[in-house]
Amino acid sequence: MKEVKILGTGCPKCKQTSAILELASIELGLQQEVMLTKVEDIMEIMKYNVMTTPAVVINEAVVMKGRVPSLEEAKKLLAF
Amino acid sequence: MFDWIQHLADWLIFGVFGIGEKTHLGQALNFFLYDTVKILLLLFLIIFLMGIVNAYFPVERLRNFLSRSKLYGAEYLLAAVFGAVTPFCSCSSVPLFIGFVRGGIPLGVTFSFLITSPLVNEVALAMFLGMFGWKTTLIYATSGILLGTVGGWVLGKMNLENYLSDWVKQLWENAQHETDALETDAQTFVQRLPNIARNAWAIVKSVVLYVVIGIGIGAAMHGYIPENFFAEYLGGGQWWTVPLAVILAVPLYANAAGILPLIQVLVAKGIPLGTAIAFMMGTVGLSLPEATLLKKVMTIKLIAIFFGTVTAFIILSGYLFNFIFE
Repeated sequence: MKEVKILGTGCPKCKQTSAILELASIELGLQQEVMLTKVEDIMEIMKYNVMTTPAVVINEAVVMKGRVPSLEEAKKLLAF
Repeated sequence: MFDWIQHLADWLIFGVFGIGEKTHLGQALNFFLYDTVKILLLLFLIIFLMGIVNAYFPVERLRNFLSRSKLYGAEYLLAAVFGAVTPFCSCSSVPLFIGFVRGGIPLGVTFSFLITSPLVNEVALAMFLGMFGWKTTLIYATSGILLGTVGGWVLGKMNLENYLSDWVKQLWENAQHETDALETDAQTFVQRLPNIARNAWAIVKSVVLYVVIGIGIGAAMHGYIPENFFAEYLGGGQWWTVPLAVILAVPLYANAAGILPLIQVLVAKGIPLGTAIAFMMGTVGLSLPEATLLKKVMTIKLIAIFFGTVTAFIILSGYLFNFIFE
């Protein structure tokens, strides 16, 4: 089970990031293994010490920040 | 450098579509096509270049550097320069602010960054380059950076820490000069390029509609507003035109892509360049959505002081430009 969090205050880029990650998990057939959550609360976001959003957190580790991943990248992140 | 676009526009409008070179419509369409193609190209190029710069100097690196070093005042300038090259996204301003506070960076330096980041951004620069040429662009960028430097320094002198939100104040008191490890991106330069290009393309796509509408309205105005129309009413150097332009601009939340083509026409028809630049700075530099976001980390009073100070400096630089270009 993989816990994936998308950190972002609800800007268009953050929404895009969650959509891409969701698509990636579907294309990889990993919906059962991946749990996607959007974290929009700023206090919660700051716990991860990121300065640019959107950021992607997998199992409590920040793996990407400040940009929207491509579908390829998202798949790589999830498949790891 | 852009001659080929002009040839293309001439060929397409006057040749292929056969619209008369001497007609209003022909002129307006030609101008529209030329400007649109040129601006979109410049947008892509500049956003791409900024993306490369940013891949090498992420904002965390600046934070760590500012947090560690003693710079005797140069930190304001450095923060402002970085604000200029960092792509601006209003949704990142709060995390950035907190990140700076946590790193023990003085509030004034943080403000320097916050002022310049939206003011001098890649879209505004590309639009300026396309509409006014490199000299005006350089003046705009330099003055934006100076405004951030001086504005941040002045705000820093006011000891405003007490006006931060309570939870930010706590962070402030517990600030450490932390230099956490940078996220190491294992990708090589060449591997990163497609991603940077893709991001640049995404930004261009998101503003293309504004560019087209802005240039379209601009092209229409160009042909129909008489020469020196504004000069007669507003260009006579009346002292109140600059503050009026800025005060009108601050609540106006337009993006640089849509507003600059209109400003270019206003300048062509006699509005002084300084007044126009001040208007532009007020529009992109300060906005109500940004104020709403900042409410999470600052009290209303601090936001008011911040906006007030920046507005005052924008008005001042408007006067200064008008004086220089007189």
